[in-house]
Amino acid sequence: MKTNDVIFQTTTKVVLFIIVMFSIFLFFAGHHNPGGGFIGGLMTSSAIVLLLLAYDIKTVKKILPINFLTLTAVGLMIAVLTGVGSFLFGAPFLSHTFDYFELPLLGETELATAVLFDIGVYLVVVGVTMTIIQTIGESE
Amino acid sequence: MFETILTVSLLILAISTLAFVYRVVKGPTTPDRVIALDAIGINLIGMTGIISILLDTDAFLSVILLLGVLAFIGTVAFSKFLEKGEIIENDRDQ
Repeated sequence: MKTNDVIFQTTTKVVLFIIVMFSIFLFFAGHHNPGGGFIGGLMTSSAIVLLLLAYDIKTVKKILPINFLTLTAVGLMIAVLTGVGSFLFGAPFLSHTFDYFELPLLGETELATAVLFDIGVYLVVVGVTMTIIQTIGESE
Repeated sequence: MFETILTVSLLILAISTLAFVYRVVKGPTTPDRVIALDAIGINLIGMTGIISILLDTDAFLSVILLLGVLAFIGTVAFSKFLEKGEIIENDRDQ
């Protein structure tokens, strides 16, 4: 039986961007409000899971040609490098700092090096979740 | 006065959640249970909203959107399992 998912696929095209924007918001809100790398990564991977539900593994691989195991490794590398980077300034491992900068569009903004560590956490969470789901989905 | 209204509406939502739990336990078919679980998720969103008014905080507002997204994805995944027998297809065009 040939089924037609046109309503579901059209809904996915709209909802997907809302979920991705929400995950980016959660990621950057993490420093002062609830949120952070973990829940942001989970929301991004749930957006990709919605894409997997509406289409299939082959199409999603064409849209997002990412090897999620490599993504996990890159995330771990970023997290370790932010820890090692504190040695350059003679500080103990994983020392983090922040400062205020004048940015052209945003005005005075607080930039913290903890965000770089959080990017590592984000990439690891997305990579591990998508690896698990794709491995289970591919097995016949 | 305001807190009384909020507590009463929280109670009403709790009773309606209990009614949905009855449908989850009793429901003769699987789609009944899926719909009831989806509605429990929506009720949880309402309860989170009321509780965040009661506690006078905006820290739970992202939880509301999160529950909405998760309820949608969960219901869609279950519907696809009931319809096609598999949740994630390898190749749709086969």
